[in-house]
Amino acid sequence: MNSKVQNKIAIGVLYGIAGLVVLILLALVGYILVSGLPKVSWHFLTTPAKAFLKGGGIGIQLFNSFYLLILAMLISFPIALGAAIYLYEYAKDNWVTNLVRTAIEILSSLPSVVVGLFGFLFFVVKLRLGFSILSGAFALTFFNLPLLTRSIEDSLHTIDDKQREGGLALGLSRWETVTRVILPAAVPSILTGVILSAGRVFGEAAALIYTAGQSAPALNFMDWNPFNISSPLNPMRPAETLAVHIWKINSEGIMPDAKAISSGSSAVLVIAILLFNLAARYLGKRLYKRLTSA
Amino acid sequence: MFMSSDIATPGTTPERHIVQPGDAQHPIVLSTEDLHVFYGDKEALSEGDLKFARNQITALIGASGSGKSTFLRSLNRMNDRIATVKGRIMYRGVDINQPDIDVYEMRRRIGMVFQRPNPFAKSIYDNIAFALRLRGITAKNKLDEIVETSLRQAALWDQVKDELDKSALALSGGQAQRLCIARAIAVKPDVLLLDEPASALDPVSTSQLEDTLLKLKQHYTIIIVTHNMQQAARISEYTAFFNQGRVLEYDTTSQIFTNPQVQVTSDYVSGNFG
Repeated sequence: MNSKVQNKIAIGVLYGIAGLVVLILLALVGYILVSGLPKVSWHFLTTPAKAFLKGGGIGIQLFNSFYLLILAMLISFPIALGAAIYLYEYAKDNWVTNLVRTAIEILSSLPSVVVGLFGFLFFVVKLRLGFSILSGAFALTFFNLPLLTRSIEDSLHTIDDKQREGGLALGLSRWETVTRVILPAAVPSILTGVILSAGRVFGEAAALIYTAGQSAPALNFMDWNPFNISSPLNPMRPAETLAVHIWKINSEGIMPDAKAISSGSSAVLVIAILLFNLAARYLGKRLYKRLTSA
Repeated sequence: MFMSSDIATPGTTPERHIVQPGDAQHPIVLSTEDLHVFYGDKEALSEGDLKFARNQITALIGASGSGKSTFLRSLNRMNDRIATVKGRIMYRGVDINQPDIDVYEMRRRIGMVFQRPNPFAKSIYDNIAFALRLRGITAKNKLDEIVETSLRQAALWDQVKDELDKSALALSGGQAQRLCIARAIAVKPDVLLLDEPASALDPVSTSQLEDTLLKLKQHYTIIIVTHNMQQAARISEYTAFFNQGRVLEYDTTSQIFTNPQVQVTSDYVSGNFG
């Protein structure tokens, strides 16, 4: 067999594999959307869930998902940024750095249900935070931190070392070089990483079941005082998220339209995550353009 | 073809030939004493001691791996995290190769321009102005003035004066390199180190860059690493020839190119090397 034929066969096989991957994705997403979208309406997105009756929505769960996401990001982003800057810009290659890197690697491969149970024992029980948004946000931080740190480190890695040398050669300190030269240049790629990890956090269920809880008490959306128990902003209230809601309906839902609600919720979740991904690409490209050509 | 090997009889040329540069108008600004550079255990530079005269251009030539870039990067301690540099680097009477020296302040006096242009992902204006702002110069008119003079000195002003707010990454290679020079001289250095600044540029940009350097000479002491021997001959007063981590010959540029004393230098400048 000559190399030309060999090459053609190899290309054919690779095309086949790539096509299979796309096909599986399309089938999955297509099935979820086709079975779920008919259920999705403004009413479905805004009304609270019902435990026994038909016609409940996912309003509170949707709000909880976003609120938890924002809180988790507010906690994990500064830590991840600091860790990534330290690891990539400052740390010398020695056993301490290696230990930190290994720890991050292991943490990132930890099953999320383990993170959830740890969160339950530590935040919910030991620190007496109860089933609350705060417990959930901390658990998500544990889940998110290693991935985000890695992604920011990768972003810093994409900035040419010549830029660092350029900053240092002007008499800037390392800190000034990092904050004034490297970070601004890395913003598009960091932002992309943050949004992509937001998508993962948004769809996370296992880490939240035992931390943020599985109930969604009624909220008064007119009350924005975070210290009131019925306020949406109260971080100490239990908060079932959309992903947890899907899991729960499927395992113990007793409302007559459980299946439809589950399908609708899944569709909303998938759409939200797709939107995150598209937004990440779009914003990343736009910011990069703005930085590279005015 | 056979010129240098024909003329020289083995044993009659010295192994090294180093002259003292400078005169009353061009005193020594920077010099190295007993300088050794190690990458790990490997010694990359030894016997590399040179003196540099003020307001003159000194070219460092030699084959790849001869230690010339290592030497240059040691002068403003850009090698601090990569290599071990032993010995003294005397800058206006102070040994700057000491731990308690403020490296950042020192690098403002001894600036550097690199092989590949490395403009920051900022506007042309901010590429120059932002380091000044960090040093406390915030008055708009003062910044405008420094940006303009720096760009004029780097012979870039006329091409970019109407688009100062455009991204510097959109500049051509030659323009970007001149922006890097403008950026370096904006912080008012005393010595300017250039590491093969023209190697990524086309001949037209290279010749513009050389004109720029010749004009900059009256304000700065310039040390330039170059692979291009014509370039060294065109712009420099002094030339140092590096070979295998040692300076073999240091003399006026005309001497080096017309009457080299060391056999290896002679082979190198006449193209008989290796």
